[in-house]
Amino acid sequence: MLDRTHRLRRAALVAAAGLAVVVLASCGERTGPDNEQNALRPAGPDARKILDLTQPFFWIAVVIGAFVLFGTIYVAVRFRARPGDDEAPKQVHGNTILEVGWTIVPALILAVMAVPTVATIFDLAKDPTDPNTLRVTVTARQWWWQFHYDDASNIETANELHIPAGTPVVLTLQGPPPCSGENCYDNGVIHSFWVPELGGKKDVVPGRSHFLRLEADEPGTYLGQCAEYCGLAHADMRVRVVAHTPAEFRAWQQRQQEPLRPAVAAKFDEYNQQYGCLACHSAEPTKPGAAGPNLTHLGDRIGLAADKYRLTFDNLWKWVWDAPGRKPTGEFGQRMPSFKDRMTQDQAKEIACFLLTETATQPTTHPECPS
Amino acid sequence: MTTVEDAHALVHAPTRRVRILERPRATTGVWSWATTIDHKKIAIMYGTLALVFFLAGGVEALLIRLQLARPDGTVLTAARYNELFTMHGTTMVFLVGMPIAAAFGNYLIPLMIGARDVAFPRLNMLGFWIFALGGTFLYSSFLLGGAPNGGWFGYAPLTSTPLSAGYLPGRGPDYWSVGLIMLGIGSVATAVNFLVTTINLRAPGMTMMRLPVFVWMMLVVAFLTLFAMPPVTAALIMVFMDRNFHTNFFNAAAGGDPLMYQHLFWIFGHPEVYILILPGMGIVSEILPVFSRKPLFGYAIVVFSGIAIGFLGWGVWAHHMFVSGLGPVATSAFGLSTMLIAIPTGVKIFNWLGTVWGGAVRLTTAMLCALGFIAQFTIGGLSGVMHSIVPSDTQQTDTYFVVAHFHYVLFGGLIFAIFGGFFYWWPKVFGYSLNEAMGKACFWLLVIGFNLTFFPMHFLGFEGQPRRTYTYPAGMGWDFLNMLATIGAFVIAAAVTVFLVDVVFSYVRREPAPADPWDARTLEWSTSSPPPEYNFAEIPVVSHRDELWHRKYTEDDEGRLVRLPSGAAVDVEEQAHAPAEPHGIHMPSPSYWPLVLALGFPIMGYGFVFKNWWVLAAGIVVGFFGLSGWGIEPPTEPDETAHEEAHS
Repeated sequence: MLDRTHRLRRAALVAAAGLAVVVLASCGERTGPDNEQNALRPAGPDARKILDLTQPFFWIAVVIGAFVLFGTIYVAVRFRARPGDDEAPKQVHGNTILEVGWTIVPALILAVMAVPTVATIFDLAKDPTDPNTLRVTVTARQWWWQFHYDDASNIETANELHIPAGTPVVLTLQGPPPCSGENCYDNGVIHSFWVPELGGKKDVVPGRSHFLRLEADEPGTYLGQCAEYCGLAHADMRVRVVAHTPAEFRAWQQRQQEPLRPAVAAKFDEYNQQYGCLACHSAEPTKPGAAGPNLTHLGDRIGLAADKYRLTFDNLWKWVWDAPGRKPTGEFGQRMPSFKDRMTQDQAKEIACFLLTETATQPTTHPECPS
Repeated sequence: MTTVEDAHALVHAPTRRVRILERPRATTGVWSWATTIDHKKIAIMYGTLALVFFLAGGVEALLIRLQLARPDGTVLTAARYNELFTMHGTTMVFLVGMPIAAAFGNYLIPLMIGARDVAFPRLNMLGFWIFALGGTFLYSSFLLGGAPNGGWFGYAPLTSTPLSAGYLPGRGPDYWSVGLIMLGIGSVATAVNFLVTTINLRAPGMTMMRLPVFVWMMLVVAFLTLFAMPPVTAALIMVFMDRNFHTNFFNAAAGGDPLMYQHLFWIFGHPEVYILILPGMGIVSEILPVFSRKPLFGYAIVVFSGIAIGFLGWGVWAHHMFVSGLGPVATSAFGLSTMLIAIPTGVKIFNWLGTVWGGAVRLTTAMLCALGFIAQFTIGGLSGVMHSIVPSDTQQTDTYFVVAHFHYVLFGGLIFAIFGGFFYWWPKVFGYSLNEAMGKACFWLLVIGFNLTFFPMHFLGFEGQPRRTYTYPAGMGWDFLNMLATIGAFVIAAAVTVFLVDVVFSYVRREPAPADPWDARTLEWSTSSPPPEYNFAEIPVVSHRDELWHRKYTEDDEGRLVRLPSGAAVDVEEQAHAPAEPHGIHMPSPSYWPLVLALGFPIMGYGFVFKNWWVLAAGIVVGFFGLSGWGIEPPTEPDETAHEEAHS
């Protein structure tokens, strides 16, 4: 009998130790995979504020959870009826002091939690006082992100948000402009903008304009994605934030403001006449596309198709040739159509070469493309 | 007998009416079940069907986990994945959680309060058939026009935008809104029934503060259901109107407000969480005292906490909307109210531990499940409190952290309580017990599988994986934990398989169970297993909380348990099998009409979904026919009682 109790206790101890190791190993400072999208690895003051607020309460929760878990195991093992044990247990109906106690103690813990919680809520809702604050309007589209820089640069771009490190960024989140006309209902759905390492998320709601603060300490890449279910390609609505040093950021902005070189613009026009690209897209630095991302300096970008793919020659020509085959976008509404029946793969490769090498602000070459 | 009746009919020829769907006579076979108004048979049907839907929802979950086992999964298309996660959530909430509570409530409330049936037996039958046909209607969407694909929460304007915009292809959102309205009608019917039954049909001496905690929790649930269903029904009607008739309730471009939908949905949706979990808490509060041989620790405060949760549950809905742009004042207020609701929840957990403390614990499967509930529900409760820290929630909401959180509450909590309830009440309901060895195997597999599936999801959420995504790219460091979760899901499937084998095995053996196999405390154990149609030969007179216990035991001066001397103690077996008075019990008679009325609902539903007004009209005619027949038919067949009285 004793032997069994012993074994059970040892098993409980081993389980406790195991759980503690797992929890400790996975919840320390800056833990988890370095995937550039990890809320446990904050890379800016706002995200850090959130994690700093979370951590102590996380540990309180772990302690209480462990207490109840092992309490449950303990009472089950300690008080289990043994065969031949006839003594009836004492009939305790309650204990007022204990009951009041375990009402008040949690209440006090929660009261302590409430103070920094409310303080942080208001703190994160404040408009930054820094005069250098970068302001960007984010428009959530079906299923990509449109960025408009609300400063003198007036740049329009998509899916890649370039920001200066060490400077607060204020995003104005809004739905697409409402369509007009009798039977027009394509007014967007709710999305949620989320780059975990730079801050919390905020929903983008049609008809409303929401405020979100972000900031990166250091230059680098930070990933995020839409966090509110928005239909078919919700999982593929990703976003990439690139933080530069302030000097590099200014240089980047200047390059993006430049229009396409005349020869390149002329060629763009040619493709447009053939395939109607500019009905949806745009090839001017400050002009938004009617329904699709601005393509002016596409060659500078890192990702493709709302960052589902890397911008490589292979990915790009396949996208140009048959976008619906590369990302689930459905059959209705304003979507990138398939050109499978209207162009050959070689034609798609030619366009991909053009976009990849010639639209870049610093023209590049690619082994697959004629130079 | 027949000839006498016939002769009687001939003599009184004018009373013989030509009737359609005359009073059903079947006492065995399919029709006896289809027309039954016996709360126990209805409960068994609720439970069986909910279990079928549990398996369907489980298969959906397995497919989801297969798709997510590896990055860039190709098991499912995005469209199919979206249907499956929507139907998984919708199924588990509306076709498993709520009906399973209706099953336990239907079976136990009348027995626990010493009544012969629920207050409105035919309304009860209607509630069941709306659930059965409504669930079938929802699932028929897979074959007829596309399954719901807008999430179980169905946020507008995604679900409300007309099909022409192409946000959600297929008829899915229409099935979803119409189906949920239908199921809501059934839920309200059942809630009204439970309310009136509990308040009006209690046996003499069964005061409110002597009610078993399970009955108390079902009473709170009934109130919540009654008031939570109207707002969501309004929201669903608006979604349907927006999508099909181009109204603009949620179209911001036309002055509508998408956030209004969220308010309407969550003022239902949060009480709904308590509608789902409170029955589980009630079940656990019944199991723990029996297998600890001690009364519930702090009955009054446990009951009060349940009521407090019921009230506070109305003031926390916007914690589902912390990132929807409500502003700092509103989010602070709802953050604080959410913290507040943790207090009564915590009180219950400590009182449950206090109940077991110092007891003589028998670790049966039911008891193991109840203990599992305490530990796992606590983890879910604590991660819930973490959501009340609003800035933390802006990182957690809509990620796998939330998936982990509510599965700890609803699977680690509710489903464990339900399995415990199955093992505990099975002998009462079917007259034979489930096999305990297989039960324990099922429990341990369930514990391992459940924690393996959902514990890693806490970390996946923090590490940036959002919910409701059909795929995730390689190289995000999520591969291993996702694989663990998928393995865990299949361990859960193994546990459920063991349970089903246990059910079949125990059915084949069918060793008769005594009336009171667990040495239990409440009135349902004072009648035979299974109970007769009329439940109690004689309506019990109640003088104590835990009435049955006090008929068997008393306490000495030091609070120790003493078995009553055989003269004073009631012999449960003898009493349970006492013959009923020959003419005193008039049970309501079975009927076809509630079934006919319920049949009208899915027909109307198809009419709405396909906008076919002829089908809609047919549904209305069928429903009205059922309603009329129901109105004309007396609840109890007068002829039979008239005969009995005439001959007595």
